[in-house]
Amino acid sequence: MKTTSIMIVGVGGQGSLLASKLLGNLLTEEGYDVKVSEVHGMSQRGGSVVTYVRYGQKVYSPIVTEGECDFIISFEKLEGARYASCLRKGGKIIVNTQQIDPMPVITGAAEYPENVLEELKTQGFDVDDFDALTPALEAGSAKAVNIVLMGHFARHSGIPKEHWIQALEKTVPARFLEMNRKAFELGYTA
Amino acid sequence: MKKLLIGNEAVAWGLYHGGLRVISSYPGTPSTEITEFLSKHDDIHTEWAPNEKVACEAAFGASLAGARSACAMKHVGLNVAADPLFTLSYTGVTGGLVICVADDPAMHSSQNEQDSRHYAAAAKVPMLEPSDSAEAYAFAKSAFTLSEEYDTPVILRMCTRIAHSQCLVEIGNREEVPLKEYVKQPAKYIMMPGYAKVRHPLVEQRTERLRALAENCEYNRVENRGSKIGIITSGCSYLYVKEVFGDSVSILKIGMPNPLPEKMIRDFASSVEKLYVIEELDPVIENHVRALGIDCTGKSLFSAVGEFSQQTIREAFRKEGVSFGEQPEMQGKAPQVPGRPPMMCSGCPHRGMFYTLAKNHITVLGDIGCYTLGAVAPLNALDSTLCMGASVSGIHGFNLARGGETEKKTVAVIGDSTFMHSGMTGLVNIAYNATNSTVIILDNSITGMTGHQQNPTTGYNIKGDPAAKVDLEALCRALGIRRVRVVDPYNLKECEQAVKEELAAEEPSVIISRRPCVLLKYVKPKAPLRVDSAKCRACRRCMGLGCPAISMKEGKARIDQTLCVGCGVCEQLCPFEAIGEEERK
Repeated sequence: MKTTSIMIVGVGGQGSLLASKLLGNLLTEEGYDVKVSEVHGMSQRGGSVVTYVRYGQKVYSPIVTEGECDFIISFEKLEGARYASCLRKGGKIIVNTQQIDPMPVITGAAEYPENVLEELKTQGFDVDDFDALTPALEAGSAKAVNIVLMGHFARHSGIPKEHWIQALEKTVPARFLEMNRKAFELGYTA
Repeated sequence: MKKLLIGNEAVAWGLYHGGLRVISSYPGTPSTEITEFLSKHDDIHTEWAPNEKVACEAAFGASLAGARSACAMKHVGLNVAADPLFTLSYTGVTGGLVICVADDPAMHSSQNEQDSRHYAAAAKVPMLEPSDSAEAYAFAKSAFTLSEEYDTPVILRMCTRIAHSQCLVEIGNREEVPLKEYVKQPAKYIMMPGYAKVRHPLVEQRTERLRALAENCEYNRVENRGSKIGIITSGCSYLYVKEVFGDSVSILKIGMPNPLPEKMIRDFASSVEKLYVIEELDPVIENHVRALGIDCTGKSLFSAVGEFSQQTIREAFRKEGVSFGEQPEMQGKAPQVPGRPPMMCSGCPHRGMFYTLAKNHITVLGDIGCYTLGAVAPLNALDSTLCMGASVSGIHGFNLARGGETEKKTVAVIGDSTFMHSGMTGLVNIAYNATNSTVIILDNSITGMTGHQQNPTTGYNIKGDPAAKVDLEALCRALGIRRVRVVDPYNLKECEQAVKEELAAEEPSVIISRRPCVLLKYVKPKAPLRVDSAKCRACRRCMGLGCPAISMKEGKARIDQTLCVGCGVCEQLCPFEAIGEEERK
């Protein structure tokens, strides 16, 4: 089988490590060869972060480059646009419509491109954008944005929903499970 | 059982199952998790040492006493530990000794991208280099046997991409290796000239034996596919080559970059028509191949700068007119978007001090840690960052060169952990050789940038158990500084007063800017502050802090309620009292 490549992108501190952990656990359980590449250190301090997840029969490279990505899951609008070149023909980009201003925008050195998702769509990108923050808050915390997004992605993943729920139970600490289950469900149906 | 492990966790399991008893390390991205994972085991000793030299020497002592031991550090940490390393090569080991070092090509979290392989060659010790977590586990485990069999420390070289990538690893069980008996061996372990002269030839002989091993060992292998093209590669470059070519080209995979094999390379080269060497950073393998009189293509096609990827390999071979499998096809070109550099967190205790320094136009020699981020706009508060401790040593030299002119307007800033690592000696020099330098210790009570490790100033050890706590004030006084004062960086007036007074003083001084990192679990955020837009006159003074929670929206300052932790620094700046807790409005 062909290797499937996923990128989880966002802003340091948004919880992308938990999302990739969930995916890693799920895909291992499904019996795939899996590689996950994370970013630690300086970029976690509010910088742009990207996690690569690849699975298939035999995966070599742990990273994803231009034109290779099947799914980009973006926690923030601008970050989705930043990595869009990685999307392959036929791939899909799932974007949380949340906007987090980077420092150059805050200081006035740059402008936030407000219509960046429309621009992507005009260019022919397959963009699936939705507000993941509202369902996360409904589930109980802004921090659940990551699981809302994973719930939304689950629908496109071709992996049965119950397997996702089982992986979620394995990944998330018990005391946050209820909130995350709700977040997953809200994302799945969003 | 197969587990999904990052490279560093795989190294930790490998060392543990290889019979590790003692590991001493200093945190540094991308090596930190090796020791953190090991600290979960209670049957071995794990610790954070004050720096990599101490860590390496602690590992040496444990090896001398008969235990399998290790230390872990980032690439620049090996510069600090280089002193013990070069002579450890002469003494050799009793219990196996593994030095884990993680390079950072592309400088994800480092100040340079030096190639640690040069150290292995220069110190004449074997080096192993895995390509993924599975090899990281296997190599870390077998490194102990290699170390003991050849009586040498072994360097295990990781890089960011392997250290922080997960793959499935089949992990085994711990080998219980008894402590070796301690026998006094002066000629082996006392490296004074008379004994060292006898040891050096043994090192050369050992290298010859290791060269023979390199020809036939588990670390180096040929994948002969009968192709015209042959590729010699190592580390993660191997994965990128396999991603692009699969099984369609012959590969010589090097897992032991020092010492390199000769016959294996000659045989491989003669089996192909065109030879490529693909390695990140410096042309270490390539130079070796050339020294054997074999022509190859390496750095003329593959950069010595940054990380590679499968894209790097594809682009290079496209230039060469070599065909390979499927070409990726982009959906479109990404639009140009503003960058998102890392920044100090909202509520970061460093911000108040940096604001004070920037406001007073002070020249600031910086150091290594989160506070390097004081360099970015809008604070732009730093003038230099070199290496661990260089702020304190450097400010002395700066003031020596320019004398009284600069002593009143320059400071060094250094974190608590970095001060323990190598700031103390610089401070001794300031006191002893008498410049009126001012050093600011940014004490956030943790090693921050690497992800919250304890250090000798925090009062806790690696396991979170209470430990001896260095008294920074008393330490600075003991080193010869009479003027030592503590300020709260959330209090801007206090900061400014302290900075002005200490810079004016006619003797060296230390300001300890003390407040725990806002990300620490025990630090509870206060209620977020709000801007009363009726009072806000858009003077943008609060914007000068570079706080990620504050932005201008519709012509007024606005505080993001999810990001603000109520530190109150912006409140002190607002000339119109527009910032405060909601209830007061």
